[in-house]
Amino acid sequence: MQEMNLQVELLEQNSVQYFKVVGEIDAFTAPVLRERLAAVENVDGLKAELDLSEVDYMDSTGLGVFVGFYKAVSANGGHVKITGLNKRLNRLFEITGLNEIIDIEQKESEDHNATL
Amino acid sequence: MPQEVGRQYKEIMKKYLESHSEEDLYVGQQFSRRFIEKEIAPEDVISIHKTALFELHPELRNEVWDSLDFLIEMMIHYGLTLREHQSLIQKQEAIQMEMNVATKVQDTLLKTKMPSVNGLDVGYISQPAKQMNGDYVYFLNHKHESGVAVADVIGKGIPAALCMSMIKFGMDGLSDENTSPRNVLGIINRIVEKGVDDSMFISMFYGKYNSEDTTFSYASAGHEPALHFDSRKDVFTELDAKGLLLGVKPDAEYEERSVVLHDGDFIAMMTDGVTETRTEEGFIDMHTIQNLLHDVKDKTAQQIAEYVYNHLASLQNYRLSDDFTIVIFKKEPEQV
Repeated sequence: MQEMNLQVELLEQNSVQYFKVVGEIDAFTAPVLRERLAAVENVDGLKAELDLSEVDYMDSTGLGVFVGFYKAVSANGGHVKITGLNKRLNRLFEITGLNEIIDIEQKESEDHNATL
Repeated sequence: MPQEVGRQYKEIMKKYLESHSEEDLYVGQQFSRRFIEKEIAPEDVISIHKTALFELHPELRNEVWDSLDFLIEMMIHYGLTLREHQSLIQKQEAIQMEMNVATKVQDTLLKTKMPSVNGLDVGYISQPAKQMNGDYVYFLNHKHESGVAVADVIGKGIPAALCMSMIKFGMDGLSDENTSPRNVLGIINRIVEKGVDDSMFISMFYGKYNSEDTTFSYASAGHEPALHFDSRKDVFTELDAKGLLLGVKPDAEYEERSVVLHDGDFIAMMTDGVTETRTEEGFIDMHTIQNLLHDVKDKTAQQIAEYVYNHLASLQNYRLSDDFTIVIFKKEPEQV
């Protein structure tokens, strides 16, 4: 079994809930992230920013967490922004069409986890 | 009942204290099973022991009784842990039951029938990584047309099986004029959006081959692009079309595209269990898959699907990390 390690840090900056996620998001670690996000998703007009620049890998379970979060926040008139996506993660958001509805920002630096 | 157990315990202990024999000790050991059967907690066993001992030897010093009270306190957390363990086992059994039901639903209710239209050779493999397959393949046949849905449901168990049944019955309910790929995805999306919870969604590719004009039309709801092998140019092209995952937004729209197939051309439709194959060295890339497909381009559709599966499964030592599904539509010369 792979290492079950995921850290989620929450900072509040100028009324924006800023989450820094570090680790791999898969079926084992996704519940941690879901729980952290669920704590704020029902706040009216929530502005959330999720920094994924330290996330190298995410599978479809992880994507499910973001979809759920996006739906809940939008329903309450809020806004979700996801930043720091590497090439692989960015492709995932593109293929799924989520980049058309969620505010997405790709990582500026070169992707260091490029396909082998 | 506890009094009855206590009385029996006292008798067995009494015999042992008198005889000191191995046999009586063994009787006691056997009797401990009854404590477990009756779910008597460790601290209660000590209480029973204390009561029995007091009835047999009330003359013992106070330190003995006090120390037994102390021991009872010591055992309380063991008891709690034991009960937690038992409740986990029960939960696990319940989940296993649900998985069995869901797998049965998948195997019987959600069965699909391979299409047969003139000039099209169809092959596919869908292999679950664990018991329940989160990938779903469903064929739809209308006279000279063969449609196929390749879907990846995020989520497991009964909810996933229900999602698949939404796809199947949604597709079965379509009238002939509604089976264009963009319509199929639009309709299934509205069904799914109403029916699933927030963190559940489906990616789905829908492709349809028309044997009258040999075109393959397709649309994608957030799914991996399919690959088209053009046998005349000997190249692969990714078939992607814009479209959001199913179940996220009720009014999502799907782009529809099409390509003409010539003899020897084929389309490979896959789930991310194929394209995101992860080996010890990292992820494989699209070229690996294209090379594999190219190796067997002249074989039948089923042989192509099996070749890709066998190769990628062996790279993972036959322990799939994700459900694996590949469907091949191959254009072959028409039979007269």
